[in-house]
Amino acid sequence: MDPGGTRIELTACRCSGSGIPFRVTGRPPATLELSPEVADARPGIAQPQLAGWGRIPAAGEELLSETLERATLGARLSRGLGRSYGDSSLPASAADRVVGTRLANRIVAFDEKTGVIRAEAGLSLAEMNRLFIPRGWFTPVTPGTKYVTLGGMVASDVHGKNHHIDGCFGAHVRWLRLRLADDSVVECSPTQYADLFYGTIGGMGLLGHVLEVEFAFHRISSPWLWMESERVPGVDEFLGSLGRAAAAFPMSMGWIDCLSRGQSMGRGIMMAGRWATHEEAPSTPPVEAKKKSFPADLPNFALNRVTAKLFNMAYYWRHVRRRRAGIVAPDPFFYPLDAILDWNRAYGSRGFTQYQCVLPRAAGAPAVRDFMQLLTRLGGASPLCVIKDCGPEGRGVLSFPLEGTSIAVDMAMAPDLQRIIDRLNEFVIAAKGRIYLSKDRFTRAEHFRAMEPRLATFLSLREKWDPRHRLRSAQSVRLFGDKV
Amino acid sequence: MKAIVFGGTSGMGRAVARRLAERGDAVFLLANDEAELQRSAADLKARQTAAVEVGYALCDLAKPEGFAAALDAADAALGDFDTVVVTAAVFASQEALESDIELCQKLVTFDYAHTLIFCEHVRKRLLARGGGRLAVFSSVAGDRGRKPVAIYGSAKAGLSVYLEALDHKYHAAGLSVVCVKPGFVKTAMTAGLKPPPFAGEPDQVARDVVRALDKRQPVVYTPGMWRLVMFVIKLLPRFVMRKINF
Repeated sequence: MDPGGTRIELTACRCSGSGIPFRVTGRPPATLELSPEVADARPGIAQPQLAGWGRIPAAGEELLSETLERATLGARLSRGLGRSYGDSSLPASAADRVVGTRLANRIVAFDEKTGVIRAEAGLSLAEMNRLFIPRGWFTPVTPGTKYVTLGGMVASDVHGKNHHIDGCFGAHVRWLRLRLADDSVVECSPTQYADLFYGTIGGMGLLGHVLEVEFAFHRISSPWLWMESERVPGVDEFLGSLGRAAAAFPMSMGWIDCLSRGQSMGRGIMMAGRWATHEEAPSTPPVEAKKKSFPADLPNFALNRVTAKLFNMAYYWRHVRRRRAGIVAPDPFFYPLDAILDWNRAYGSRGFTQYQCVLPRAAGAPAVRDFMQLLTRLGGASPLCVIKDCGPEGRGVLSFPLEGTSIAVDMAMAPDLQRIIDRLNEFVIAAKGRIYLSKDRFTRAEHFRAMEPRLATFLSLREKWDPRHRLRSAQSVRLFGDKV
Repeated sequence: MKAIVFGGTSGMGRAVARRLAERGDAVFLLANDEAELQRSAADLKARQTAAVEVGYALCDLAKPEGFAAALDAADAALGDFDTVVVTAAVFASQEALESDIELCQKLVTFDYAHTLIFCEHVRKRLLARGGGRLAVFSSVAGDRGRKPVAIYGSAKAGLSVYLEALDHKYHAAGLSVVCVKPGFVKTAMTAGLKPPPFAGEPDQVARDVVRALDKRQPVVYTPGMWRLVMFVIKLLPRFVMRKINF
């Protein structure tokens, strides 16, 4: 191959003091230090940057590696496919060594009889789906994008449409292999170093670098899904409908229009489904549609209140009949947004964030209605607003979901975004809810403390396993006050 | 196919081995690290529906004396291989090569001389059994002398010429030679380099290479855009090449 065209960019890896990586195929990478005059001879290099899915960047770069066991030595953060929206996969300082895991993607073992799989942390869900759906296996829990790695699924303790039945991904993890901050490698499970295990699930990669993961696939009856959807005219009906769907189906969620006011406030489309039976399913497997990519950033003004409202109106009324039911393929069912690669470019270069919170069942429907009202009043919301009935809290120490209603909404970067998020957080604290760290970039430390009674437990685990706070991210600096 | 992938534990070789294994070809891995071989063989096995063992043997570009034994092991496991893919190679930046003469000697020896010797072993065996397919990873860097790849590119240029001549000479005898010319591909080898436009992914390269093997295409640029890029580069006059840093 020809890496020659990027000669000047090599300075980037000098900045972090790592030298130039050099590799003999299949052998540990040796590191060659450049003579200083060579290193200094390349001026005017733009500072390399990393960004989460929300595209708000931070200075730093990742070192991609196929062998995490070597690469994580001395590393301060691991990073998969960068699908977390905020700053959880961004380094605290540009000098921090960040390991990119996505090339460490080998399956270590798979048992065809039980569906138990052990794999390296960089294996993506897209790859697992491609390989195992045709063989009758599916991940027990999937988030709303398949472009995530196993390590990321553990660190975020992702949840999906089946949370009310199956809980988070972490509930299905049987074993983890971790690189700890003191450079040791440990294996943990619900019975071995259980505190470390449950701290790592949903722990945002702050207790150890995930090297390998073992979990069990679920058997699926066919590679197709039976989906029912319903257009719902208002928020109260919506919540009722969501509850009914959750009771009747293993998978449910809803898209909600959070821009309309008055009568139609909180109208939306409720979706529920299950794996199709062998008899219902078409005889041929689903064909993966060719992915479109977003060719360029849209200008920042393209997605505004007017266009967002138009989009929502179109989306709502596209569902002409009130109820629909039928067979769909896994991709449009689980990952409608993955159909357009890089869709985050629709927000333009300014970037965006997603606000996701869960309001406990005890706060009831009024809390959800009040939240929607507050959201509409504050503005800033965009077309994508997703609502979901969550089941009971899992065992991951900082795992996000709890029994109640989860609401996720995208918001474009704007001057008053911090103020909007502060207001929403105050509401969530009062309702005894919490936010999802994998989406977050703007929550204040004091707000997070106030909404997270389990924080003390997590911090004490961190004192035990990483007392010097070697593992850190831009998010841990912001929320836990790590020193840079 | 019954295919050997030399360098199949990592990068583009890993992607090629997976693609072959997933469509049901028998694959045998060669690389210079036993633990990596074991892990990659397990990965390939898990990716196949049929319960097929994936064999492997140690083979090191530093030790041409071991090539014959490695090919013997592959023959024993596969029952006379008919396809060989070579992705194993050394890479270092021009700066590193200029400042370290030993590294320089190692790179040109491995990437040209030892790779050629390996191909000669393969050629003899394949011709003896009536032909077969040999795909070797050269590089677009071998298409023209360029500042950032002066040394690496020259080794690849020699390799490309050898592969071309091999095709001329033995095509009629049933040996299909594929000279693979990847452009910039995002692998661990190029980690830390900022990808230029048209940077490829290993999976895309694997798809192109397997297609070229199937169609017995003598030269394949991957991603395909690099054929055009190199066409233009080859047309540039010397005074321009002296100025630019590409």
